[in-house]
Amino acid sequence: MPRLSQQLREWFQARFGTGTLDWLTHKQVPRHHHTVWYYLGGMTLFLFIVQVVTGILLLLYYRPSPGEAFESVQFIMTKVQFGWLVRGIHAWSANLLIFTAMLHMFSTFLLKAYRKPRELTWMTGCVLFFLFLGFGFSGYLLPWNTLAFFATKVGTQMMAAVPVIGNWLLTFFRGGEDVTGATLTRFFGFHVAIFPALTTAVVGAHLFLVQFFGMSVPPSIERTYSNKPVPSYSFLPSFMLRDLIGWYLALGVLAALAALFPWELGVKADPFAPTPAGIRPEWYFLFLFQTLKLIPGRVLWIEGEQFGVLVFGLAATLWVLIPFLDRNPTGRVGKLITGIGAFAIVYILAMSLWAWRS
Amino acid sequence: MFLRCLSTLVLLLLGALGAAAKDAKPVVNHCLECHAAFDGKLGDPARQFPDDIHATRGLTCADCHGGNPSQEDAEKAMDRKQGFRGVPKRSEIPQLCARCHSDGAFMRAYNPSLRTDQLTQYGTSVHGKRLRAGDTRVAVCSDCHSPHSIRPASSPLSTVHAPQIPMTCGRCHADPMRMKPYGIPTNQLDDYRGSVHYQTLTGGDLSAPTCATCHGNHGAAPPGVASIERVCGTCHVFQEQLFDQSPHKAPWQAAKIAACLTCHGNHRVEHTGDALLGTGGESLCLRCHAKDDAGGKTAQRIYADLTGLDSNLGDAAAVLDRAERAGMEVGEARLTLSNGREKLIKARVDVHTMIPARVEQNTEEGRKLALQAQQAGQQALAEYAYRRKGLALSLIAIAFVVGTLWLLIRSIERRPPAGEEVTRP
Repeated sequence: MPRLSQQLREWFQARFGTGTLDWLTHKQVPRHHHTVWYYLGGMTLFLFIVQVVTGILLLLYYRPSPGEAFESVQFIMTKVQFGWLVRGIHAWSANLLIFTAMLHMFSTFLLKAYRKPRELTWMTGCVLFFLFLGFGFSGYLLPWNTLAFFATKVGTQMMAAVPVIGNWLLTFFRGGEDVTGATLTRFFGFHVAIFPALTTAVVGAHLFLVQFFGMSVPPSIERTYSNKPVPSYSFLPSFMLRDLIGWYLALGVLAALAALFPWELGVKADPFAPTPAGIRPEWYFLFLFQTLKLIPGRVLWIEGEQFGVLVFGLAATLWVLIPFLDRNPTGRVGKLITGIGAFAIVYILAMSLWAWRS
Repeated sequence: MFLRCLSTLVLLLLGALGAAAKDAKPVVNHCLECHAAFDGKLGDPARQFPDDIHATRGLTCADCHGGNPSQEDAEKAMDRKQGFRGVPKRSEIPQLCARCHSDGAFMRAYNPSLRTDQLTQYGTSVHGKRLRAGDTRVAVCSDCHSPHSIRPASSPLSTVHAPQIPMTCGRCHADPMRMKPYGIPTNQLDDYRGSVHYQTLTGGDLSAPTCATCHGNHGAAPPGVASIERVCGTCHVFQEQLFDQSPHKAPWQAAKIAACLTCHGNHRVEHTGDALLGTGGESLCLRCHAKDDAGGKTAQRIYADLTGLDSNLGDAAAVLDRAERAGMEVGEARLTLSNGREKLIKARVDVHTMIPARVEQNTEEGRKLALQAQQAGQQALAEYAYRRKGLALSLIAIAFVVGTLWLLIRSIERRPPAGEEVTRP
């Protein structure tokens, strides 16, 4: 009597041939002292899957209207069986997802994994990161609590600083001139339909590109093994099982955070109340927030806020286009770009810390 | 074409300016020019008057003092034959102001919502009556409103702006020398400053009662014993209605004991508390009742009810605080607790009936709500403990799976590589 796994393998091979399985089992992952960074992509993917699953569960009870949103989240947290866990994991996982995505992106940058032929892998990754930020921004408003309401008011107000189309953007995202029920409905639409559809497509493309080109070996490792093959291990099962361990550990961290530090709901939003003191965006927007606070009212001939938005817009565009700017990663330009990137990381950390402590 | 349009616009603009200049009536007031040169009481009015509301509305010194302000020559300007009145006598001031302020048709042109019965009201006031009787030391219009720097009551600079009123009245009523001939106390201002009303007023609530709220402004007089309850009842509506149902009402009325102030005082109305009831050291009830008479027992019963509910609400709040600090969502229980607090407030208002059953009705409902909130808090804490246990079990399961996976990896990697060779470092 053959084993079940063998029976399944034969069943699969009888229909799809041996190509796919052979490719997976023969696919190799480089093994060196930077290998640990390879796991961050899988970790981010796992957290995204957690978001999708918990998000679908939350959808069963959540109601996207100003009169019901807060109460429905309150109901989920207090009355629905394990609703607290689902909401807690969704909220914590959203933050961990952006954290791991950030680490993944910066490690990819510092290891120069965007080099030819992986330009598109880098670009799809950047787009995914921006989509995750969009998820975070749109999801933050959905519980319709005071903090979220006013943070969204401040956050969307920045859109008005975008040259030419600023006011149009503001009206489009708010569904009017102010943050109202129309904004909530729009943000809900973005959060559960538009962003998931886009993200699924871009995640698909990103994963395909990662599998197609395989893992990039950092230039320093390449130099170490100049003419020798870089040590490696199999994608399936060695890398995949280690990935799985990471996913389980992430699940443990999520469960611990959700159980020990329940994500608080706060007080229901009152659009007629004055803006409370100390309104701040989520931690991943703090550096933007702090920078815009520091920019003077007028820079050269344009308004300070508009100047800030333009600079950040330009920086984000250059960030996405790095593979085309850094054509010789080991040359002077390459080193300069690494230096600028490292400065950007330190800047983001310092500004976030400053904003968080002030 | 452009030049023609531009010149037409300029001409139209100049025409409009010319018309406006023609309509404006120049106000000539040489009184101010001369008097500004003096020091002291001859010069002060000239320095104060430009900011006076009357000056800003186009009135001049002559409107009160008579004379001809367009005359540069002092003799001619202050010619009594020309109607110069000079400094009006104190006894004439109310009538002088009333010439305009009691004229509805005249005042409508300046402020249609301003009342025009000040003189009539003044006539009913203690000040007005004494003035009529020949006592010119009593307050007249210019004492409270100032003679030459009158501002609307809404202006913080006005002597009759709500937070200024106690000081304005106190200038005379807190002055023992001034009040000596009348034999009335002078501690009202100090007492008022120790009151909850003053705290509210200085806390920024301009609707808080000042002297004029209870005594009237132009018709200022002390409220009589019979009307004190009505005066307080203009703001404390429920308390007044409830007091009407209390066993105190009839005997107090018969004995001419003033309602409200017997327990709360008049100018120094302090924060109340449950301790004012009962039979403790601060008890007001024991001023008239003995501990073991019917009134004393009622007071004890009501006191026990109120403090019992207060304590229950406090216990529930403490449990909810603990649950909230643990991160649990207790918003609904907080709402229940705040409904319970509302019942306590209602019960405290019901104290004015001095009917224990009325008070108990609210305290009982409040106690149920406090219990509900406390139970919800305890459930939240139990749920938190349950979650921690669940987390511990989940982490053990996860650790087991991770350990198993690790062993699986080790066992797979120990096997000799099949098929393609796997390079190892």
